[in-house]
Amino acid sequence: MKTWLKIVCIALLAYTVISSLWHPLAPGGLTVDIEKIQPGPNTFTFTGYNTHFVDDKASLQVFVASGSTYFCAKVDEVIDNNHVKVTAILPDTLPSKDISFYSNTNTDGTVYIQKPIDSRSFAFVDGFVSSVACSPKVTNDEHQNFGYPFQVIIFESIRNLMWHVPMWFTMFALMLISFIQSIKILNQAGREAKADVAMDFSKIKLFDTKAASSAGTGLVFCILGLITGSIWARFTWGDWWTNDPQLNGAMVVFLMYVAYFILRNSVNDEEKKARLAAIFNIFAFILLVVLLMVMPRFAEGLHPGKSGNPAFSSYDLDSSLRMVFYPACAGFILLGIWLYNLNFRIKRLEQENENND
Amino acid sequence: MKTMIKRGVMLGVLTLAAIPAFAESSLEEYFYASGKIKVVIAVASIVLAGLVAYVIILDKKVKNLEKKK
Repeated sequence: MKTWLKIVCIALLAYTVISSLWHPLAPGGLTVDIEKIQPGPNTFTFTGYNTHFVDDKASLQVFVASGSTYFCAKVDEVIDNNHVKVTAILPDTLPSKDISFYSNTNTDGTVYIQKPIDSRSFAFVDGFVSSVACSPKVTNDEHQNFGYPFQVIIFESIRNLMWHVPMWFTMFALMLISFIQSIKILNQAGREAKADVAMDFSKIKLFDTKAASSAGTGLVFCILGLITGSIWARFTWGDWWTNDPQLNGAMVVFLMYVAYFILRNSVNDEEKKARLAAIFNIFAFILLVVLLMVMPRFAEGLHPGKSGNPAFSSYDLDSSLRMVFYPACAGFILLGIWLYNLNFRIKRLEQENENND
Repeated sequence: MKTMIKRGVMLGVLTLAAIPAFAESSLEEYFYASGKIKVVIAVASIVLAGLVAYVIILDKKVKNLEKKK
């Protein structure tokens, strides 16, 4: 590997480590301390996350929405940047059962809270126009400070995107290298058989060593991806292992590549070993593509951006995440290739030592 | 180097031993606190620890090669 590529790799990884932990989350709404709303005044505390209620007191507005009709609340007390106590006066009749709570400041844009709320004291008339309704300023996602998207349940763990996902991208890149080397083995073997010349095994051996060391390093990234994914799943989906098609596919791929090494180690004849492993590896890679990239798009799963529309939705991967996510992937792929390179050179030296003995 | 690895392993074991000391619910409490940032720390540490462990394995292989020479 070229020295400048190593420097690029280190720079990208340093950028990833710093950026993934440095930037704050975008402002968001956490909770309101009210279970039941009723006609007349409702007093509650609106709790935000990374909001600036004190710093931007002048433009602070809190309002209750029923469908697309808004009822402005009077600010009683701004407790701190994340807490504000308000009173909202609601009429007897509401246009929609879909109740949510909003706050808006120029700094944070509009943040909202949706939670199940008891609204049995109201009459509901579709399209009802209330005389106490107001039209507050709504500036969706127009927060002024740079931040990663705020998502309920995920919260700060959205930063894992820069750690967990590149593991799989790196594994894919390394398995792709391994796949290409395996094709070269079969190609070379076929050519030699056709030419009917004395078999030159050294080339096949070189490709085989490359394929094995690349898959070996890829397997390390696969294991890291599985462990980190499991931890992330525990604290967002509630279990160490869920029945997501992506998870089960990843486990099958992991076992396939373990089987590849078992197969390689169980054949003594060097040439037979190289060819058998190459054929197995080609099938394993095809299975990897099918199980990790094709299948999850046809099944319901928990991973975002998979079922239905295969592209990441604009909110799942917005520009602030892309800014760090793509360099993170590039950095980890370069690191993976670097480690594969070391692994390969060590294996070559070991082979040379064996030949000298 | 060896004592460093030993110390690292000891630290890891002690950290891991501390986790079951919490009940399952307080494990959740621990990781859910301050916006789940601890999940990120756990994930990032595992990635780094895993990569360092792999480098140590490669280092060992190089050492074996040097011994044979």
